[in-house]
Amino acid sequence: MRDPRHLGLAVLAAVLAVLPFVLPNSFYLDLAIRMAINAIVVLGLNLLIGFAGQISFGHAGFLGIGAYASAVLPTHYGVHPMLALGAGAAAAGALAAAVSYPIFKLKGHYLAMATLGLGIILNIAFRNEAALTGGPDGMPVPSLELFSFTLSSDRDWYWVVAALLVVSVWASLNLIDSPFGRALRALHGSEVASKVVGVDIARYKMAIFVMSAVFASIMGSITAHYVGFVTPTVSEFFHSIELVTMVVVGGMASVFGSLVGAVLLTALPQILATFEGWETVAFGAILILFMIVLPRGLVPTLAARLGKGG
Amino acid sequence: MKTLAKTLAFCAATLLPLMAQAAEPIRIGSVLSVSGPAAFLGDPEAKTLEMYVAQINKQGGVLGREVKLVHYDDGGDASKANGFAKRLIDDDKVDFLVGGTTSGSTMSMVPLAEKAGIPFISLAGAVVIVEPVKKWVFKTPHSDRMAAEKVFVDMQKRGITKVALLSETSGFGQSGKKETEAVAAKYGITLVANETYGPKDTDMGPQLTKIKNTPGVQAVFVFGLGQGPAIVTKNYRQLGIDLPLYQSHGVASDEFLKLAGPAAEGVRLPSPAQIIGDKLPADDPQKPVVTAYNAAYKAAYNESTSTFGGYAYDGLMLMVQAVTAAGSTDRAKVRDALEATKGHVGVSGTFTMSPTDHMGLDLSSFRMLEVKNGDWALLP
Repeated sequence: MRDPRHLGLAVLAAVLAVLPFVLPNSFYLDLAIRMAINAIVVLGLNLLIGFAGQISFGHAGFLGIGAYASAVLPTHYGVHPMLALGAGAAAAGALAAAVSYPIFKLKGHYLAMATLGLGIILNIAFRNEAALTGGPDGMPVPSLELFSFTLSSDRDWYWVVAALLVVSVWASLNLIDSPFGRALRALHGSEVASKVVGVDIARYKMAIFVMSAVFASIMGSITAHYVGFVTPTVSEFFHSIELVTMVVVGGMASVFGSLVGAVLLTALPQILATFEGWETVAFGAILILFMIVLPRGLVPTLAARLGKGG
Repeated sequence: MKTLAKTLAFCAATLLPLMAQAAEPIRIGSVLSVSGPAAFLGDPEAKTLEMYVAQINKQGGVLGREVKLVHYDDGGDASKANGFAKRLIDDDKVDFLVGGTTSGSTMSMVPLAEKAGIPFISLAGAVVIVEPVKKWVFKTPHSDRMAAEKVFVDMQKRGITKVALLSETSGFGQSGKKETEAVAAKYGITLVANETYGPKDTDMGPQLTKIKNTPGVQAVFVFGLGQGPAIVTKNYRQLGIDLPLYQSHGVASDEFLKLAGPAAEGVRLPSPAQIIGDKLPADDPQKPVVTAYNAAYKAAYNESTSTFGGYAYDGLMLMVQAVTAAGSTDRAKVRDALEATKGHVGVSGTFTMSPTDHMGLDLSSFRMLEVKNGDWALLP
């Protein structure tokens, strides 16, 4: 417990455990669930951006794969929702591997370009395969059964998503402190140096990209089951940008920064919704302000300042 | 003296809460796509709702209570619409829902309205919203199926049986394509060509050339919204195709005449009466409603009306009418009153709901129009 990271994990678990008892109604519970779902996706993306130094502009596409796997497979082919979730994750992982394998042989930000294209292609596919996906109007998603238990109430969903979040944070913290994580950080510091000490750059980058794609796909499935309806907007380019923004605002290479970024950017549209017509302007202004005042992201900047002060 | 004080106290104790209750506003919740790709639908809807809620309140409200509109913008994102609907139901505690600009947004809100047992009037077109019938869900816009049927009825009159369909890959166009394919056989129509175009395409020449070269085509039917259909119309003339050209109700606005210009001559389409308000015969029951709405909207916002704003007007008025008929804001009673709506004359048509029909419009709510001399002309 002396390690501040594990203290953070304990605080997170405590907050999550108390939250449903203090929230006034199920709208806030719904908001908390959406925050947690985004937080898990952003965690995966932050591992890629913050530690491997690679940007993905197509993460919404991976969310879309998971969401549509959970919608299409059980509806049209009678596949069990849990199997569909797994199939989506496997497909997203395989696609990520296939796309990144040639790219990581190259140096530089080619992954950003490739994922940009990939995300848009996936979005077009979901939009146009109307017979399977319901086209631009989307399709309903059957409810998720965990063994013989059907998840339906907001409270059930909250506990499932909260548990997933705690596990993801714990796994991410451990991963960063593992040899794998150290190799990743070395890679972000200097590719040449890490190559010299024997880090297989391409393999590590690919592993982390595949992992973050799988994170995204699983959360896409969870979102689809939770909302009960899926449309192609889930995989739109703008959604990918939103996820990258959460990483940057919260703080790159910071596990708790990912959480703060996700919570903040999920809450902001709801808070700003009352400024009818001006919410987009306010949203943009807040983001610009953050980038000017806290260029390294909320959590790392604040942590550095507190560290200096104390 | 003591008894008087007691009586007064008693009166105060019993009347005050009653008065407080009477002053409690009726809350109508709405989620519309005011920004994003569907903004051209959501914007007039939001403006219409705001304008008429203010007007209703000026005239003393409904059941003597003020009407309060709580409105959120989903930006055309169904998942956001779902979140905002939850907020309206659980946090804002609205009495009724009117909204859902796109079919996707509406369908993501439907399970919530059904679960909470809250009357919900959708402003989106797709047939799936009311078929199968959902207990708490109603809708005001004409369905895409009706548009296809209206067009096919006109084609039948002209003896056309072989038709080429050109549809947009937007939600509107694809839903329209599905319904067109589904009802074609009923009218003895064969779709001999079936092409699509993207909503942002700037040239539909290739698709039209393919259609032109398909043997036996007697007419072309285009299902799309906004700019696309206008470009199709221009390409159509450029390629010198002289077959009858039909459009859907998606282009029933003066904007289409401006965009397509002289190329629009002779184009036929099904349209709500609203577009030709001033050309309706004087004995048309819809005439006063339509002209009043058009005039009020123009006066308030200085822009011409669209059919989408009309859907919002009808949604709000149907709800108000149902609350008045039910005499309370009890959700179950209002729902029953909505279902019992008979002969309610609106901007989009005359609504008669039933337990099996939660839209309440029939083919007569569409008028067949033809573009003549750069203006709309009503076909008999």
